[in-house]
Amino acid sequence: MHIERSDLADLARGAAFLGSGGGGDPYYSLLLAEAAIARCGHFELVPLEALADDALVAPCGWIGAPTVSVEKLPNGGETVSGLRRLEKIMGRQIDAVLPIEIGGGNGLAPLIAAAELGVPIVDCDGMGRAFPESQMAIFNIRGLSSCPSVLTAACGSLSVIETDDNNTHERIARALSVALGGIAHMVEYPMSGADAKANAIPGSVSTAIAIGKAIRTARDRREDPFTALAKALEKTGLYPHCLTLFDGKIVDLERETRGGFSVGKVILEGFNGSGRMEVLFQNENLIARQDGEIRALVPDLITIMDRETADTITTERLKYGQRVKVIAAAAPAMLRESSALPFIGPQAFGLGTDFITLERLNALETI
Amino acid sequence: MRIGVDVGGTNTDAVLIDGDSVLASTKQPTTEDVSSGVAAAIGAVLATSEVAPAAVTSVMIGTTHFTNALVERRHLDKVGIIRLASPSGEALPPLTGWPEDLIRQTGTTCFLLPGGYEVDGREISAFDEACVREAGRTCRERGINRIAVSSVFAPLNADMETRAARLLQEEHPEATISLSHAIGRLGMIERENGTILNAALTSLAAHVIASFERAMQDLGLEAPLYISQNDGTLISADHAARYPVMTIGSGPTNSMRGAAFLTGISDGMVMDVGGTTCDIGVLTNGFPRESSLAVDIGGVRTNFRMPDILALGLGGGTRIHLDPAHYPAEHLPEETLKVGPDSVGYRIDRDSYLFGGDTLTASDVAVAAGQADFGDPAKVPALSPAVRQAVWSRMQAMLEEGLDRMKTAPGDVPIIAVGGGSFLIGDALKGAASIVRPPHAAVANAVGAAIAQIGAQIEQIVDYDVTPRETALQQIRDAVAERVATAGGAPDSIEIVDMEEVLLSYLPGRSTQVRIKAVGDFAGAAQTASTAQIQSELRHAH
Repeated sequence: MHIERSDLADLARGAAFLGSGGGGDPYYSLLLAEAAIARCGHFELVPLEALADDALVAPCGWIGAPTVSVEKLPNGGETVSGLRRLEKIMGRQIDAVLPIEIGGGNGLAPLIAAAELGVPIVDCDGMGRAFPESQMAIFNIRGLSSCPSVLTAACGSLSVIETDDNNTHERIARALSVALGGIAHMVEYPMSGADAKANAIPGSVSTAIAIGKAIRTARDRREDPFTALAKALEKTGLYPHCLTLFDGKIVDLERETRGGFSVGKVILEGFNGSGRMEVLFQNENLIARQDGEIRALVPDLITIMDRETADTITTERLKYGQRVKVIAAAAPAMLRESSALPFIGPQAFGLGTDFITLERLNALETI
Repeated sequence: MRIGVDVGGTNTDAVLIDGDSVLASTKQPTTEDVSSGVAAAIGAVLATSEVAPAAVTSVMIGTTHFTNALVERRHLDKVGIIRLASPSGEALPPLTGWPEDLIRQTGTTCFLLPGGYEVDGREISAFDEACVREAGRTCRERGINRIAVSSVFAPLNADMETRAARLLQEEHPEATISLSHAIGRLGMIERENGTILNAALTSLAAHVIASFERAMQDLGLEAPLYISQNDGTLISADHAARYPVMTIGSGPTNSMRGAAFLTGISDGMVMDVGGTTCDIGVLTNGFPRESSLAVDIGGVRTNFRMPDILALGLGGGTRIHLDPAHYPAEHLPEETLKVGPDSVGYRIDRDSYLFGGDTLTASDVAVAAGQADFGDPAKVPALSPAVRQAVWSRMQAMLEEGLDRMKTAPGDVPIIAVGGGSFLIGDALKGAASIVRPPHAAVANAVGAAIAQIGAQIEQIVDYDVTPRETALQQIRDAVAERVATAGGAPDSIEIVDMEEVLLSYLPGRSTQVRIKAVGDFAGAAQTASTAQIQSELRHAH
């Protein structure tokens, strides 16, 4: 399968939805990908199962603050220099790249690497959505090492991290991203084709394109984009349930710092007296409660979208008075396994409640 | 006494205001040369009110010229584009994503030069004086007299941009230079886009502002001239000539602020019904609530703050889709009736039944139902009371739904009904605490211009672990108040009208994006003239 220029905006739209409120607005990643495709014509997207077991695959993405990334833009050379260094360390060429996370701007990040190296993108990712930290990737949950990883910045600086512990790796990488001005490119979790096949979230790139396309097509035909989104998600099988949790407007928005983390709470009031919803966020949306009852929990996706256009509104862009729909989608099954929840479930974000699936919370029939 | 003028594509409106009262208002056709239309409109209000030109303390003008020029690709200058950012940003050169036909007008002369700041204030790379001078010389040699300069994080630190401007001016004395920190907010591409558009408008701006000034001279008006900006505040004519892009969204803002002034309602909703749409906006503290979406101007993405407007497809010319066989019906099934969204628009005076046409419009039904009185009611086909009621109720339901969608709190809100089609807003609208229909509503735009205040806005990224939150906020509040005073605001009237804090996600620590906006009343003629002078000296000092 090829990713054509016309697919890029769909990919960006889909990736924004899968960000669950985080990962930043993919607009700049989209512009970068358009510039890359102008150079190389199209991108090749290969299914996960097509990888050779002994292939070397490299997940990549940006680490840092989306607010910084819209001001200090990439040089373009940081991507290729990081990947080249990884090849040197591994003593062989990279055969394919993949997004470390499909959610937000990072869903498009490997396109630039693919264009520069002339390698395909694997139709998979490491998070199935957006998460704030490197050790929340499925690869860490499944016991793979994030190292050697290479961080590069627009100024040309390059750092290699080698450590046995993925938590330590996250701390070092985060500190480096701050030292580098708040945004850097990172290639991490270099792995074999066999490991990718066993552990990556399969099909997430094509899923993002499909849902982006569904929203766009529905808009063009003046049909309901939310119905189209739900249908497209359910069809992929990766996110098997999707529902509109709430339709209302933002009547209160609090942002504060708690224990060194920026956290926030948005309160929505339904149209025609349909109650209140509260969504707690910390980089991404984590929990949605309606009139006190939990309706959705991380790692399931909770995305706040413009109720007319179905454009995703990231947590930084939430504003008092916006008219929105809150959409929830079941996370890929791999993220809901009991071994994954300590890393990415409600407890990992200090929510003090155990994970309950979207289906159970909303009495949905399972497919 | 102040004069407010709104120069639209079709009409030039003017009002004369003394304190809280509108002494005179007029609507004149907009003329090709702009100047004579403005002169006619101002002349008309002075004549009706018998006020001497010397009694006028200030003139405020809102105009759609610059938006139209960008949309229609007319009267645009070639621009030399300088970006201080390298090595960052080279992956996304200027003009990325611009429409081809616009690029043909602005040209593609770009210079990616070292410079810019990191979010923590360090330099990305050192400012390179020789490179900047070289770029200035190249522009001069190529006959490019408009230069747009953008540097990374310029809203946080404008030093490199102002240094570049000084050097460029030395190398290329005829050049007019637009600096990004004076134009946009954080978001490098959007701010740079706005700066390039601004530079491209330079010649037109000089021409338009000069024609406004000529109109005033012709009338013997010596009062200072101010132009309204996107956010409903004023800039001096001199400043507007250099930063015309700051005025492109002033129309809807002026209309809403005018409505607020005419009614004394500072918190409520404005429903502006025209021929095709009903535009609903929210007033908070007398200012329109701003939209948070990116704004596309002539196909270019910018991040200007524009009012958040919901446009419903219901206006005076909206078509009522109903089979004439149903006109006399005693009972009208729900599905037989459709209201809009199409409209006969400006052809209402030909196509609607009221004016001898054969299309049933919202106006026809409103007149038949006794809610308005114009045209020739005898020409509207007989509609049964049930049909009249059904159409009217449907229209009210559409307006009620729009109202509910724009409301941010439960409970009823005061509604200000303006615009030529405001008779479509019934007195029994659900969700409305009251419906106020102000006099002079047809010239609300010009009123909004006349009553505008001086404003300023500052955006910063502050690390609260380095500067405690209260200290940081106080510093920004003081700085923004000082800017308002410098621009001509009366110091004791300055108040903070908007504040936004967003913590930077995915970064440890407490770095926060803070935006604070302040406004102040216009300090008065004498003082302002001298302030304008100081401002212009400050600019030359840069």
